[in-house]
Amino acid sequence: MFKVRVYVNYKASILDPQAAVIEGAIKRLGENGVSDIRVGKVFDFVIKADSKQDAEAKVDKISDNLLANPNMESYDFTVTEVN
Amino acid sequence: MAKFGVVVFPGSNGDQDLLLAIQDVIGEEAEYVSHRATDLSEYDVILLPGGFSYGDYLRCGAIAKSSPVMEAVKQFASEGKLVFGTCNGFQILTETGLLPGVLLNNTSLKFICAMQPLKVKNNQTMFTNEYEQDEIITLPIAHGEGNYYCDNATLKELKENNQIIFTYEKTNPNGSAEDIAGITNKEGNIIGLMPHPERAMEDLLGSSDGKKLFQSIVNHLRKVTA
Repeated sequence: MFKVRVYVNYKASILDPQAAVIEGAIKRLGENGVSDIRVGKVFDFVIKADSKQDAEAKVDKISDNLLANPNMESYDFTVTEVN
Repeated sequence: MAKFGVVVFPGSNGDQDLLLAIQDVIGEEAEYVSHRATDLSEYDVILLPGGFSYGDYLRCGAIAKSSPVMEAVKQFASEGKLVFGTCNGFQILTETGLLPGVLLNNTSLKFICAMQPLKVKNNQTMFTNEYEQDEIITLPIAHGEGNYYCDNATLKELKENNQIIFTYEKTNPNGSAEDIAGITNKEGNIIGLMPHPERAMEDLLGSSDGKKLFQSIVNHLRKVTA
């Protein structure tokens, strides 16, 4: 069994209007040192696989086909073996 | 007589508008098709309605992609048959890869519900032959994620092949690339658009400009079967 965390985020070239609004709100809180916010998604799940390599291949496929839309999003993930 | 199939996903809310537009105004045969359907061979046209398929969970249109009916729609489209998607239907078509690009959040982050002027950029299609070239029409829009985006290479291709069918006129409500409101695939048998022609079928509704789109489909089918 492998524990997986997938991070999905807008590609750098895609305008993230939510992030822009949040950045404005942080400024209104009085904090002026915050920039480059991106609002992403995190997916945690457990997957059965024969090896870490096998798990990574499966997670990559799931991420590319469903969790992220490669037109606008990029993704990254971590895979950890659990007992 | 042309037979239209209106796909109903869990969360569709524009299905009835489409069915009644075809049955009552256009006068052709139409029926609902389940999202579990696997055979669409009895239909001439498949319509993907607006709404919030699967609650728009994950991304709008993303879960609908794995509905059994979408495999059948892919097969249907590959045979050159006509597929029309409006609003969430457009989002489903891009998520499925039947149309290029993606629909992002409106740049305003607001859900917009309004009557919107549009320009008919290409009247030489199966879906627009009743319109005049560059005709300005009015259709309602109702969406939160209607900001059409694609990479520059795709945009170039869309322009070169005249796949940009409708553009927003006067104002761009959602920030879409090149003011795009609706596109077709390269072959021209699949169309996706954010505005709702099925909600502009009678003057009583504020516009009847949507009628010509469905009439164009019927014209096309009559021509190919004649």
